[in-house]
Amino acid sequence: MATASMSDTPLTLGGRTFRSRLMVGTGKYRDNAEMVAAIAASGAEVVTVAVRRVDLDRTREASILHHLDPQHYFLLANTAGCFTADEAIRYARLGREAGFNDFIKLEVIGDKETLLPDAAGLLEAASVLVQEGFQVLAYTNDDLISALRLEDAGCAAVMPLASPIGSGLGMINPFSIRTIKRRLSVPVIVDAGVGTASDACLVMEQGVDGILMNTALAEAEHPVLMAAAMRQAVDAGRAAFLAGRMPKREIAAPSSPFHGMVG
Amino acid sequence: MAELTLTINGGTRSVPGPATLADLLSHLDLDARTVVVEHNRAIVRRPHLEATPVANGDQVEIVHFVGGG
Repeated sequence: MATASMSDTPLTLGGRTFRSRLMVGTGKYRDNAEMVAAIAASGAEVVTVAVRRVDLDRTREASILHHLDPQHYFLLANTAGCFTADEAIRYARLGREAGFNDFIKLEVIGDKETLLPDAAGLLEAASVLVQEGFQVLAYTNDDLISALRLEDAGCAAVMPLASPIGSGLGMINPFSIRTIKRRLSVPVIVDAGVGTASDACLVMEQGVDGILMNTALAEAEHPVLMAAAMRQAVDAGRAAFLAGRMPKREIAAPSSPFHGMVG
Repeated sequence: MAELTLTINGGTRSVPGPATLADLLSHLDLDARTVVVEHNRAIVRRPHLEATPVANGDQVEIVHFVGGG
């Protein structure tokens, strides 16, 4: 494993280099102590956060910065909950103003039930934000054409979904994920949908550059243990991709020689 | 001291006036370093909070980072 990872190149996103290919969210944990412990166990450096109104009636406790040190983690603001390009642009600007970096995980959601991305809104918002100097990481469908358009718009990374946000269904369409990875030059980070370690491993085996997850950790019975499992799964999947798997065959091929068997 | 009626984070609030955005944050017991302020839809950078007065009917959004995916 150590030898295998030595031959790997580090993940570079928008000019920043990261050791871990696993990125994690900070939502939906039962409590902050568990979130902090799970994030530590995941080994993630990039940690996503959402921009929301301060609750004026009970201030001083709700900011995530009380629990996560921005010196230690790379805080990636998202535009989760935005349904139009204008809304997403507004949230991205607010997130950048918090002063940590000019990266944005861009989400423009097209449908409340499935939370699937709105490709047109995404492209519109991405174009504006790229012009404003943002490093845009665009959460998108597992659709090659949308991914290509986002790359053309200047996104720093494209983030196709494995399956809908919070579904835990795993990777629905490995073919699409592989095709997007093969055709894009910018990093491809699979975002959303993984449920357990084997899902993450399978995603990484497609050759993508990284994976972002939240619910799989936060809603596990034991988030810290799941985070450790995910860390190993991402490493294992990456190593297996780099190792190059054997071809699949529909007939058996013996591992032991027939020659030399006693008569 | 005139009371100012503002819309802050979607709710109506009365604050003692005259006031700047910095005054507003201290009135609300908020640390300017952990929030971002939007004043009538325009972001006001931290160094300008002290010099930006608020007026009756202004809309203010005060946001910060919370958990999210």
